[in-house]
Amino acid sequence: MKEAQQQKTEYYIHDALASDIQDSDAMLFYSFFKTQVGQQVTVELKNDLAIQGVVESVDQFLNIKLRDIRVVDPERYPHMLSVKNCFIRGSVVRYVQLSPATVDTALLQDAARREAQPVAAPARA
Amino acid sequence: MSQLQPYVNQRVAVIMNDGRFVVGMLRGLDQTTNIIMQGCTERVFSESEGVEVVDLGLYLIRGDNIAVIGLVDVDVDDTLDLASICVPALPPVKY
Repeated sequence: MKEAQQQKTEYYIHDALASDIQDSDAMLFYSFFKTQVGQQVTVELKNDLAIQGVVESVDQFLNIKLRDIRVVDPERYPHMLSVKNCFIRGSVVRYVQLSPATVDTALLQDAARREAQPVAAPARA
Repeated sequence: MSQLQPYVNQRVAVIMNDGRFVVGMLRGLDQTTNIIMQGCTERVFSESEGVEVVDLGLYLIRGDNIAVIGLVDVDVDDTLDLASICVPALPPVKY
C-alpha cells in the first residue's frame, strides 16, 4: 500500500517535470500540491483567514480550489457561511497545513535535490 | 483548463485584498484572475450594526486585488439573516 502511494507521488513529479511549463522554481511545489488533490488541508491566508477543505485542484500559480470548506473560526469570520466551494489565489496563501501521513518527506527531499541540480545534468546518474 | 471556468454564470463571493466582500454573478475571467462581475453588491460588515448591503453594479476587478472567490450556495445564502451578523470587517491582506 505504502509502496503504491510512493509510486503515485513519484509519477506525478516526473510527469510535471516532463510537461512544457518552464517556471522550474514553482514546478516542484506545483507537482507536490498535485499529489495533495483529494486530501483535507487547511489554507491559512495573508488576511489571517484560515479555510479548511478538500483540495479539488491546483494550477501553476499555486491557486488552490477547495471543496466542502469550513472557516476555522466561524464565530469571528461568518462571511463565508454560504460558501461551500472556493478558489484561493496563490498570491494570498501564507501556509498550507497538510496531514503528515500524506507527505513522503524523503521523496520530497530527493525531488528537491534533483531539481536543484544543473539543468544539463541527467535526472538520474 | 481554467479552474474558475465552472464558476462562470454562478453567484460568487469575492474577498478582495483590502478586506472588501463583494457578491455578484461571475461573467468572465482571464488567466491572471481578472474577473467581470455583474449585479454586484458589497456586504459591509461592522461590529456595531448588522451587515449593510450596497449596490455596486458591474465590476471588473483586477486579479492582483483578489484573495478568494467563493461559489455561493444560493439556497443557504437566502436563509442568512445578514442584519443579525455583527462582526468586524475582514482584515486586509498583509504581505
